[in-house]
Amino acid sequence: MDLKDKLLSSFLAFESNVDLDNPVHEVRSEAIKNFENKGFPSKREEAWKYTSLNNLQKIDFSIFPKQETALEYKDIKKYFIHEIDTYKIVFIDGVYSSYLSETTHDGVDVCLMSAALTKPQYRQVIDVYFNKVASKDESLTSLNTAFSKEGAYIYIPKNKMPKKPIQILHLATGNEAALLLQPRNLVIAEENAEVQVIERHQSLTGNEVLTNSVTEIFAAQDAIVDYYKVQNDVSTASLIDNTYISQKDKSVVRVHTFSFGGKLTRNNLNFYQNGERIDSTLKGVTILGEKQHVDHHTLVHHAQPNCESHQDYKGIFGEQSTGVFNGKIIVDKIAQKTNAFQQNNNVLISDRATVNTKPQLEIFADDVKCSHGCTVGQLDEEALFYLQSRGIPKKEAQALLMYAFANNVLESVRIPELKTRINTLIANKLGVNLGFDL
Amino acid sequence: MAYTEEELKKELETKEYEYGFYTDIESDTFPKGLNEEIVVGISKKKEEPEWMTEWRLEAFRVWKEMEEPEWANVHYEKPNFQDISYYSAPNKKPKYNSLDEVDPELLETFKKLGISLDEQKKLAGVAVDIVMDSVSVATTFKKTLAEKGIIFCSISEAIQEHPELVKKYIGTVVPQKDNFYAALNSAVFSDGSFCYIPKGVRCPMELSTYFRINQAGTGQFERTLVIADEGSYVSYLEGCTAPSRDENQLHAAVVELIALDDAEIKYSTVQNWFPGDKEGKGGVFNFVTKRGLCEKNAKISWTQVETGSAVTWKYPSCVLKGDNSIGEFYSIAVTNNFQQADTGTKMIHLGKNTKSTIISKGISAGQSQNSYRGLVQVNSRAENARNFSQCDSLLMGNRCGAHTFPYIETKNKSAQIEHEATTSKIGEDQIFYCNQRGIDTEKAIALIVNGFSKEVLNKLPMEFAVEAQKLLEISLEGSVG
Repeated sequence: MDLKDKLLSSFLAFESNVDLDNPVHEVRSEAIKNFENKGFPSKREEAWKYTSLNNLQKIDFSIFPKQETALEYKDIKKYFIHEIDTYKIVFIDGVYSSYLSETTHDGVDVCLMSAALTKPQYRQVIDVYFNKVASKDESLTSLNTAFSKEGAYIYIPKNKMPKKPIQILHLATGNEAALLLQPRNLVIAEENAEVQVIERHQSLTGNEVLTNSVTEIFAAQDAIVDYYKVQNDVSTASLIDNTYISQKDKSVVRVHTFSFGGKLTRNNLNFYQNGERIDSTLKGVTILGEKQHVDHHTLVHHAQPNCESHQDYKGIFGEQSTGVFNGKIIVDKIAQKTNAFQQNNNVLISDRATVNTKPQLEIFADDVKCSHGCTVGQLDEEALFYLQSRGIPKKEAQALLMYAFANNVLESVRIPELKTRINTLIANKLGVNLGFDL
Repeated sequence: MAYTEEELKKELETKEYEYGFYTDIESDTFPKGLNEEIVVGISKKKEEPEWMTEWRLEAFRVWKEMEEPEWANVHYEKPNFQDISYYSAPNKKPKYNSLDEVDPELLETFKKLGISLDEQKKLAGVAVDIVMDSVSVATTFKKTLAEKGIIFCSISEAIQEHPELVKKYIGTVVPQKDNFYAALNSAVFSDGSFCYIPKGVRCPMELSTYFRINQAGTGQFERTLVIADEGSYVSYLEGCTAPSRDENQLHAAVVELIALDDAEIKYSTVQNWFPGDKEGKGGVFNFVTKRGLCEKNAKISWTQVETGSAVTWKYPSCVLKGDNSIGEFYSIAVTNNFQQADTGTKMIHLGKNTKSTIISKGISAGQSQNSYRGLVQVNSRAENARNFSQCDSLLMGNRCGAHTFPYIETKNKSAQIEHEATTSKIGEDQIFYCNQRGIDTEKAIALIVNGFSKEVLNKLPMEFAVEAQKLLEISLEGSVG
């Protein structure tokens, strides 16, 4: 039985465990129909031209893990930014672990999607926000919607800010030979609210894991949302991350994606600007080796005047890795005075690495400033020589230059401890010890 | 003459097609429709050898299985391929030895187009192979060229007289099954130009062909083959105008360039086919496959000025096969009213130390859509490949659109690729800068628009630049004071 059929039949089993009278279930039924029609995307589709899911579909994934596993905090401590105090929402094989988590209802809601979807006090919020910005057309998003049950639920009311950042950690223990996870997150920042979220997916064994995650983020007027994605998974873990962001007037949303690991990672990041004077930032650092594959697929839709968007993706590709960047900026007719910038720089450090990049502009308004630039190149020979002539060994000199290359992206990270952690990850990935922080 | 942006926009909208006229020449036209008989019929009509007929049939059979591509960012009513007549020839044959023998109506057409077939042409140094509704009717300067060993004739003539060259090279750069329109063209091409420059010869003049679509309901399927042998140089000009028509006319041409070791080909196009009227009615569909192959140290340079056609679908490409070869692409695409253009280039780097440059300028006005679509591909063996791409779009008014779809695929670590794209209207700061220096706003706009396209216009050969400016004046050069 192929994966699609398995998923369709699993949906029937899934239905027997949820409340069918819940209005959310209608959304799920619609979504599974769409997935049934569309199936998994193939390379023939323009959006999936450079990323194939064929190999993943051959794996016999378990859709519902049979047993629960407990983990000790000390074993997984290293996957947290543990230097600072944070709220934590931890899932083990897709199941919430209250033992490892720290949630709150004190002024803000940092809790679970399963609660939000079923408890009456959240009904109103769910009605307004759930599945409202996520695509109803894209098949993998629909697949997630159909099975949506658990994930992080973050609600920040007007003028509030949680005392500390929020970490979401999805762990896979390898209890199943192959596991499919479909977390569903919802982040809502009401007027003038602010929130910082760090998200990470981590597999703890060499068993196959595929995560098809959907996150919806709503930023109301003047809200500020910082969302950091740390992707440094093992080489048997694949991630399809679908993030949809809806922004209102004067809101600021920044999404940083750090991709250092995993077998196949696909980031679908979609910004919809539904107001004026909005600022959207999309940044990413990708450092790959082995046969890793990372595909950044971004969309920024400027639908109202006087907005800005900034995109900056840097990639360093070694060994037989493949990097894909596909960024699209759409500027509607009425979105005059839009400033949209898109930058994608890549360095190839191996003969067998590949970079495919496709920055796109679709512009229908005339009074705009839109630009995109992308480059593929190597480290500057002269800069390398300069450093070597001053006694810095070649390897360190290279790492230094790569740091400098990735640094722009790190500059806008607003949690210092996270920045330090990312620096360490970069140093590890490049196999050097710099002996200082940038 | 100076314009403000508003006036310019108005003029753009109201400007009627200047070269809209229709010459009534008795034509020998095939019935509408396409099947194997028609393909064989065309081949027979052209008295082609059997291998050519077979080649056409092979293409036709492939074409039947193919589907029309839909990926381009253009929307149009698909042509009914069974409702087109695939062959039409001016029937006053044979070829003329002097101008007096030429049909006076034809001469009138040439006059309106500004082509003079008389001695003045010689002074201008341009040899013209005029394609009037699919059959070549006049060729000048053959003699001068023949002295150097240069072959410049219609492709049907080349099939008759130089079958070995045609057989060797036709379809090597654009195979029959390359794409839907290339296959169609391979099956039914009626005529086109053929050019061969022998080893080490520098062609003394700019070779030029004028294409005209002139018969109601006939699509024009041109096939051009240019071969530059080792160490040779040729500059080839292609310019087009077409009469006004209400129904859409289909044009699916194929151009193949072959630059052998150390050769250089410069291919310039000015395209000003009927773009449809203000309501977007009518206009030519222009689905063209153009590709060049560079051997060692060879260079191919495409320059195009696209102002016409209702729908344009055109990607002049370079396959940089040989080491140290160079590909260049310079383009201005102007769209107005309801025109749609999806144009760009492909640079395929296969050899070592290959270089490519892409400069594309798009100007959209009215309700038109202008897209750049380009591919830069660096193969794993293409050491030290270098590419620079720049795509700038200028928008006039808020009902038009500009789109950029660059694809960059790199499989070699020593490659250096840069891509830049900008979209803007005429910058207020630019105008301010000019104002500061005593240039009034009207003049400033004229200057900026002119400067925007100059980079590409400069690449056109002298003789052509004049005409390009003439054709462009309705949109660009008209703004120059």
